[in-house]
Amino acid sequence: MTATTDLDVREGVDRETVEAVQSIGSYKYGWDTEIEMDYAPKGVNEDIVRLISEKNNEPEWMTEWRLEAYRRWVTMTEPKWAMLNYPEIDYQDQYYYARPKSMAVKPKSLDEVDPKLLATYEKLGIPLKEQLILAGVEGAEAAPADGRRVAVDAVFDSVSVGTTFKDELAKAGVIFCSISEAIREHPDLVKKYLGSVVPQSDNYFATLNSAVFSDGSFVYVPKGVKCPMELSTYFRINAENTGQFERTLIIADKGSYVSYLEGCTAPKRDTNQLHAAVVEIVVLEDAEVKYSTVQNWFPGDEEGKGGIYNFVTKRADCREARAKVMWTQVETGSAITWKYPSCILRGDESQGEFYSIAIANNMQQADTGTKMIHLGRNTRSRIVSKGISAGRAQNTYRGLVTMHPRATNSRNYTQCDSLLIGDQCGAHTVPYIEVKNTSSRVEHEATTSKVDDDQLFYCRQRGMDEEEAVALVVNGFCREVLQALPMEFAMEAQSLVAISLEGSVG
Amino acid sequence: MLKIDNLHVKLEEEDKQILKGLSLEIPAGQVHAIMGPNGSGKSTLSYVLSGRDGYEVTEGSATLDGESLLDMEPEERASAGLFLAFQYPVEIPGVGNMTFLRTAVNAQRKARGEAELSSGDFLKLVRAKAAELQISPEMLKRPVNVGFSGGEKKRNEILQMAMLEPRMCIMDETDSGLDVDAMRLVSDGVNALRSPDRSFLVITHYQRLLNHIQPDVVHIMANGRIVKSGGPELALQVEQEGYGDLLAEVG
Repeated sequence: MTATTDLDVREGVDRETVEAVQSIGSYKYGWDTEIEMDYAPKGVNEDIVRLISEKNNEPEWMTEWRLEAYRRWVTMTEPKWAMLNYPEIDYQDQYYYARPKSMAVKPKSLDEVDPKLLATYEKLGIPLKEQLILAGVEGAEAAPADGRRVAVDAVFDSVSVGTTFKDELAKAGVIFCSISEAIREHPDLVKKYLGSVVPQSDNYFATLNSAVFSDGSFVYVPKGVKCPMELSTYFRINAENTGQFERTLIIADKGSYVSYLEGCTAPKRDTNQLHAAVVEIVVLEDAEVKYSTVQNWFPGDEEGKGGIYNFVTKRADCREARAKVMWTQVETGSAITWKYPSCILRGDESQGEFYSIAIANNMQQADTGTKMIHLGRNTRSRIVSKGISAGRAQNTYRGLVTMHPRATNSRNYTQCDSLLIGDQCGAHTVPYIEVKNTSSRVEHEATTSKVDDDQLFYCRQRGMDEEEAVALVVNGFCREVLQALPMEFAMEAQSLVAISLEGSVG
Repeated sequence: MLKIDNLHVKLEEEDKQILKGLSLEIPAGQVHAIMGPNGSGKSTLSYVLSGRDGYEVTEGSATLDGESLLDMEPEERASAGLFLAFQYPVEIPGVGNMTFLRTAVNAQRKARGEAELSSGDFLKLVRAKAAELQISPEMLKRPVNVGFSGGEKKRNEILQMAMLEPRMCIMDETDSGLDVDAMRLVSDGVNALRSPDRSFLVITHYQRLLNHIQPDVVHIMANGRIVKSGGPELALQVEQEGYGDLLAEVG
């Protein structure tokens, strides 16, 4: 494509943002699907753990692994160090397993899936048919002429509904399936890697997840393979009072490459729902993984009623030399966010990057950031965090950069910017830096600013209304991170930024 | 077109009167210049007309084509055809100049109930207008005013003016910080926009700009009011004699 159309595209993207602001009143994914569900009894105990394992037809070793986690979990206490205020969670007042009745017998192909479920994803804009995603709004350079395809694994409450493009991925040797299927079909890989990045006893929420996770996605990219399409998982919490505990395991073998996208939404409910996921990524020699998230769980209403409690452990292990991982996250939803996607830079010359936009509006609270653990020599990491607070929200960046004694000649660069809208919100930056050798270098830059009245007036004098003006200025503030996202996600994220800030001015 | 009658304005935060009964009428198609010593209230006038916060109108009126400007939001005034070329154009990091322009153009079109410009039409238009002002395609991609030189910022203001096609253009010291060549570019840009149904209010300290943009009427402003009006020769008189004699003459 020529430069002309390239520019067209960028302009189109921004117009969508503006239209989104104008056309959408509030959280647009707040509807629910009426569908008959099978629930496990409320609460968690060893029987529930066994039941979940049984529902997934798991082998004995997996059941034992879960039980071991459960027994540890009951001895642990919930961490309280984050800058988050929420009422005590009653872990026995949740459903730990909810499955649409129609999924009792796992459909063999997408054709057999309950049309109601397919319709749910269609309404969310997630294509479960193996169709081309149209190229009309596509970035010029990367897209093939016939458009870009994305394989999707759709998780509805506790189960994976279906995975697209499996056959084609299999031809390239890529395994992309639900984790429950992987446990049955690829036990060697799962045994070798599950819990190897986030150990069972890593933290309270990860341990609970290890005991009760119901489904999630599994990816294995073999040696030297560049995954032929982007992979994505779309999580939807539908059932009431149900926690979602998904587990994702991604393994990039030597010299391979994969880009993975994750999206999440939930209906509007006035009770809080628990989400405690674990994502583990293993990156071997010369391999590269990009993991992008647009998290848009229901944030609760303006008064702070309802919304998802999001306690997530995400970690990538650059296990061998020159491994590379890049986390990009756009966090706009959830009442509570507790999330620190991290990189263990074990291999020499391995690289970790973390790009984050965290928006907290109304009564939302976000405590999010990253950990860069430099263990290998000549390792590099880069952190770019953009936090936006509006309404009465509290937004905390919490980050750890560690240079171990062996991690000589390593480097970290951290840029941490906070933007405040209004005068009742808060932005906090809590960086921890530990350097245990003399040849490494760590840089930390942080800024806090308010949306500038002069900027808003300038935009308004040119004809934009106040919300349009704020959306434009904030999108500019986030640009570096938005550019790190794959094109489809970048557009969604831009609109989200605008929508999340609805009502934050005036 | 623009009619200001007995306008009194004070600062919102302190008890300081800036405009003290200013009256001014600019018919369609005319260029009026306002000159005056520092602190006479020239910039305040431009901000009050465009609706910036921080000022309180205590008396008087300002209308554009008979409609009261003072009751409108800033963006409504913009869509009604009022444009302010800023003395200090504002930087907006991360927002491409092109994106900004297009968002503004379409916001105004939408407000007026017109169809939005297609990306193709917009591009063609912006490229042509930018070329006239010697604004490079590279400058169109850069974030709004970030890292622009003084001259580039002012040319960018004129580009916005050309794209938005306002009926009433206020230029607040657009000549400040411009070298001779940039001044000519900016003036040519403005002159190209002159038409029987578009008016200009040019605020300046120096007569120099008025050699390039010929005014129909020159007003001298002092202490929050227009104290004298005349033809282009009034600007020449100021240039030669300074404000001292003139102000003494009107008391």
